[in-house]
Amino acid sequence: MFEWPLRLQRRAAPSRVMRLAAPVIAAGAMLVTGAIVFAFLGNSPLAALYSYFVAPLASSYGIGELLLKASPLMLCALGLAVGFRSNVWNIGAEGQFTIGSITGGAVALFLGPRLGVFAVPLTLLAGVLGGMLWAAIPALLRTRFHTSEILVSLMLVYISQLLLSWLVRGPWRDPGGFNFPQSEVFADNLSVPTLFEGARATIAFPIALVIAALTWLFQAKTFAGYRMLVAGFAPAAAAYAGFSEKRTIWTALLLGGGTAGLAGICEVIGPIGRLQPTISPGYGFAAIIVAFVGRLHPVGIVLASLLMSLLYLGGESVQLELQLPAAITGLFQGTLLFYLLAADLFVGFELRRARRAPAAEVAASPVEST
Amino acid sequence: MNALIPILISTITAATPLIYASLGELVVERSGVLNLGVEGMMVVGALAGFAVGATSGSLALGYLAAIGAAVLLALLFAFLTITLQTNQVATGLALTLFGIGLSAFAGRHFTGLSIHGLRPVFGFDVLVYGSIALYAGVAWFLQRTRAGLQLRAIGESPAVAHSLGQPVTRVRYLAVLFGGATSGMAGAYLSTALTPMWVEGMSAGRGWIALALVIFATWKPLRVLIGAYLFGLVSVLQLYAQGFGVSVPSEFLSMLPYVATIVVLVLICRDPKTIRLNQPASLGKSFHASA
Repeated sequence: MFEWPLRLQRRAAPSRVMRLAAPVIAAGAMLVTGAIVFAFLGNSPLAALYSYFVAPLASSYGIGELLLKASPLMLCALGLAVGFRSNVWNIGAEGQFTIGSITGGAVALFLGPRLGVFAVPLTLLAGVLGGMLWAAIPALLRTRFHTSEILVSLMLVYISQLLLSWLVRGPWRDPGGFNFPQSEVFADNLSVPTLFEGARATIAFPIALVIAALTWLFQAKTFAGYRMLVAGFAPAAAAYAGFSEKRTIWTALLLGGGTAGLAGICEVIGPIGRLQPTISPGYGFAAIIVAFVGRLHPVGIVLASLLMSLLYLGGESVQLELQLPAAITGLFQGTLLFYLLAADLFVGFELRRARRAPAAEVAASPVEST
Repeated sequence: MNALIPILISTITAATPLIYASLGELVVERSGVLNLGVEGMMVVGALAGFAVGATSGSLALGYLAAIGAAVLLALLFAFLTITLQTNQVATGLALTLFGIGLSAFAGRHFTGLSIHGLRPVFGFDVLVYGSIALYAGVAWFLQRTRAGLQLRAIGESPAVAHSLGQPVTRVRYLAVLFGGATSGMAGAYLSTALTPMWVEGMSAGRGWIALALVIFATWKPLRVLIGAYLFGLVSVLQLYAQGFGVSVPSEFLSMLPYVATIVVLVLICRDPKTIRLNQPASLGKSFHASA
């Protein structure tokens, strides 16, 4: 039988170095794959990589766009990561994002002009509550009826998008909007400050950074956060210690829904300024990748959201400059996550040169019979 | 009565892709592997089937391409989760995100093309009969063959099966590849028979509904068949509802299959015993022989 020259051996303890290096290795492998794809499409790989990853950042406008797109990704991913760390798989951030934009948008449209200086904070609050409400559905069904939060939160994505589509084509359509499926533009007191002159990025970015810090405090410094970490690492130990599984599920989903809803309403009152059928180019799903690439850690998520934002910008950039399809962004996103998952192998395992192993170990070799 | 026949026919065709995808996923889950990438494999299968079918003029080639493309994705999933022991939930999500991205990227030249869909034989196209045959095959394999028993044993306890000398890794690989093949067929059915065209993201959550159907069916093939026809009925009723003078906005009718999925999950999972007794015991857990 063929003998592999190298074999995998489980490490005595997970490697901290590899845990941090894996995202870097994955990003590097993604770049190499990108170069190959660009060459395959008939472009000079280096020039294409330059226009994908460097050109978008060459101007202050570009930096603003980077922060603009990083904000919703960061917000969604921060909330999702709290859940993922405790084995609660909310993958419906896209839906919670959409509902947040609807509930916040409703306050902005119908109450906004009368709320004066409170308009923006109340609109944001409505967005957060909307996202939490939407995430409460999978939380309730999971804790009460044991349904999979994965499938329920995902089904709710489709439902929320159809709801938004109905609202902007039907009851909330701008009567003076030439039948375009969109709402009226929000009143002037709802414009949020931008970060710097000429940028479209809003205060959503610093808000997201503050939430990253709060998430870190919650996870590292509070007992509630600790309980949730235990629930993720050792569910049996958490149950034995009397930590409520229901509370973990509710906290994870409400946090995830709240941040996703906030991301949604920030998009709507920020760069978009009205409700329209499509608000997110898949931020809620890309945030899943951001959470993993960021190692489910707030600092990592801040960095990963900037990288993912660059993937969106690069897609737009190569579309303009090289006439390549912007859909290449999705390809890069998926590839990045695959490489990360593969690189993660070396957190728990290491490669050793195969010795003539004793019979018992040959049978135990994990790479045989593949 | 005359109104019922078209409803019946479209129910059966709407259920067919769900049957392919769910039966494949059922076999995968019975081996203890949870592949959340059905949606991704399906949409890639839809593109491959349409693209090859439309350019070569041969639907058979299209189906082969759909199976081939989806099996390649399944192989990637199998390598990551079975050989490299990655988290099955995360890897399945990655597969779906990757499949949607890949098909949107590769499919940009194929939007707007047309294709000659499958011709019906005695009212239905050949793939409808194929889906029934697939059901019979899967039910027979799982319940009446030695290999099926082996696969179920591995899904219940890979450690015990391994210690008895069963090839856990090989069986799980084959199961995942089979799931890829049926998901590819399911996707190709969408783009060549149900709505003969290619649209980005055209699987529209059907891969996820297929996953829910496996739970609904409590991992039993016959119930997959029944569940798929129920879902088929729900999804075509929205098309006929307006014809019967139901004046509900079309968006709400389009929500029906997704709402139905949630309702069905609640009904089945309400009693935790149903799941505990029927779900393969090792579902979603990696297996490392030396552990």
